[in-house]
Amino acid sequence: MAVQKLPIAKALNESLRKALETDPKVLIMGEDVGKLGGVFRVTDGLQKDFGEDRVIDTPLAESGIVGTAIGLALRGYRPVVEIQFDGFVFPAYDQIVTQLAKMHARALGKIKMPVVIRIPYGGGIGAVEHHSESPEALFAHVPGLKVVSPSNSSDAYWMLQQAIQSDDPVIFFEPKRRYWDKGEVDTEAIPGPLHKARIAQAGSDITLVAYGPMVKVCVEAAAAAAEEGKSVEVIDLRSMSPIDFDTIQTSVEKTGRLVVVHEAPVFYGSGAEIAARITERCFYQLEAPVLRVGGFHAPYPPARLEEEYLPGLDRVLDAVDRSLAY
Amino acid sequence: MTVESTAARKPRRSSKRVSAANKPQSSEPQLVQLLTPEGERVKHPEYEIDLTPDELRGLYRDMVLTRRFDAEATALQRQGELGLWASLLGQEAAQIGSGRALRDDDYVFPTYREHGVAWCRGVDPTNLLGMFRGVNHGGWDPNTNNFHLYTIVIGSQTLHATGYAMGVAKDGADSAVIAYFGDGASSQGDVAESFTFSAVYNAPVVFFCQNNQWAISEPTEKQTRVPLYQRAQGFGFPGVRVDGNDVLACLAVTRSALERARRGEGPTLIEAFTYRMGAHTTSDDPTKYRADEERQAWEAKDPILRLRTYLEKAGLADEAFFTSLDEESETLGKRVREAVRAMPDPDHLAIFENVYADGHALVDEERAQFIAYQASFAEEGN
Ligand SMILES: Cc1ncc(C[n+]2csc(CCOP(=O)(O)OP(=O)(O)O)c2C)c(N)n1
Repeated sequence: MAVQKLPIAKALNESLRKALETDPKVLIMGEDVGKLGGVFRVTDGLQKDFGEDRVIDTPLAESGIVGTAIGLALRGYRPVVEIQFDGFVFPAYDQIVTQLAKMHARALGKIKMPVVIRIPYGGGIGAVEHHSESPEALFAHVPGLKVVSPSNSSDAYWMLQQAIQSDDPVIFFEPKRRYWDKGEVDTEAIPGPLHKARIAQAGSDITLVAYGPMVKVCVEAAAAAAEEGKSVEVIDLRSMSPIDFDTIQTSVEKTGRLVVVHEAPVFYGSGAEIAARITERCFYQLEAPVLRVGGFHAPYPPARLEEEYLPGLDRVLDAVDRSLAY
Repeated sequence: MTVESTAARKPRRSSKRVSAANKPQSSEPQLVQLLTPEGERVKHPEYEIDLTPDELRGLYRDMVLTRRFDAEATALQRQGELGLWASLLGQEAAQIGSGRALRDDDYVFPTYREHGVAWCRGVDPTNLLGMFRGVNHGGWDPNTNNFHLYTIVIGSQTLHATGYAMGVAKDGADSAVIAYFGDGASSQGDVAESFTFSAVYNAPVVFFCQNNQWAISEPTEKQTRVPLYQRAQGFGFPGVRVDGNDVLACLAVTRSALERARRGEGPTLIEAFTYRMGAHTTSDDPTKYRADEERQAWEAKDPILRLRTYLEKAGLADEAFFTSLDEESETLGKRVREAVRAMPDPDHLAIFENVYADGHALVDEERAQFIAYQASFAEEGN
């Protein structure tokens, strides 16, 4: 059946399965991805069906995982690497930033770097330290990397396919607190381009831009605002590098107002980039300054405080009100 | 193109054959052992140890109370009082043996599972639970008991321990430092780098690897092809494998390595060969990857049972001792349970506390905005 209702984690699993089936060069690598199927079971059953040569349990060494994935890519493979949690990508950050991102340019375009790095990210699951972070801006800032994040099952399925098919390194951020959210996946559809933003909710008074885990919060905020007679447009960015500024611009030209929402700290975050570009592009259409809602300039707090830290419905609605008050 | 590089491009032997050829060495290295799984006291030419009956009973008490504390924490997680728990079940001898080898002025760098070592350092066990409950990221002042905060990023702390030890040496002090880590951690670059630094600078540090056979779902063979203690040799310092379920051997071997460090003879790697009897953490499901027979085989080597057998056979502890220890265990369990349940959620403004030592204008600004934002709800409520 082409259309199925799947949780995001399962959609990712189906996507990996399809990639392994269609391209013998695709490899899955990471800690615990084999028998266990990953700590979130995203690779569940894949080693059983494709063997230890294709679905590889690696030593517990992130720099080693990404560094060897680079070598495998140089040899013609397409490694899809799993980093167990956001906070554990940093031992590999050196390999990603100093090597993976730059090799294509350094080789005058003669070599390709089709490496996908999957990272479950973001908070809201009551975890201990290093399990709830949103480091996307640290990667989007690096030339040579592409950075994307699906917010629903269909995108999870298709964006991962597209990331694997891409000849560029893609940092694939998976919204871990949405892993269990179900949505429809049409495995025979023709997907839109990987880096095109999506209008998640049409509206005319104000634009909200979000990605990954915050899309759901923004759609809920739009519904709550609608009850007060406010028409909120929600854009699911899908890609943080590159960013589809055209879609945002079109929306802001219509609404005159923009709020960017993400879990990551606001300071130097992706909201800053979007605010700056849209201010340049829409200076005369903006009725209010671009506002940002996100995390504080503080370490991600212990679980019992994450509700205060994470932008929820109220903080998004508060920003909507502030914007509309100008 | 050379012949060699052409060959390299041909399909190679299947990796199955390669891995069969590279099977870990079959000759199992000798474990340092002073107490057999049957509770027999045996001698070792290099690591003999002489303990008073009091000290022996003390080690037993430490292990029993640590296990009780651990079991209580696991239960509290199941009851929803803790978000997560990393149990040490089965690793009591490795932790108590090494922990009791330490002097007060030594410094400990743990992972997230060293509850028994924390016990030996005098850290109140209830302090360990804050981070697992989600009310803080640490919960104690590392300098009170020379017991550093738990480290979750695998392997990082081995470098901190090495640097600390380099500082100890620079100060001309004769304390030693001990770094704990797992068999999985041995794969991390940080651990290899800590071996390099400690050897090059002759740092007074003991690397205490608890090889509990698993790193979540991956067996030790997925991390190394040689017994872990042999790693040390390539870095230029000694490595020794000890029966990690034998508290006496762990104590003797660690004591000897610490003394070596104090004498200025540099690092030692101790591999405590032990077993993680439970799940990796309460979020883990070992039935997906581990055979139950394996656990049963290791249960027969239980560190607590073997010391009890020895104490009883040698007439070093009577029924009254065991009964009063049972009572003490229950009291500890109750105290831990009550303390956790009474642990308040942190104040919301704690988010902004201690981000910087010198303060930071942005943090002050965001804090003020947050206060105003929260106050706006109170106003609405009026
Ligand atoms: C850098 C890093 N990568 C991944 C993880 C996730 N993780 C937590 S514990 C663990 C296994 C650790 O195994 P080992 O070092 O043998 O210690 P054990 O827990 O068995 O005592 C993994 C992969 C982590 N905490 N840090």
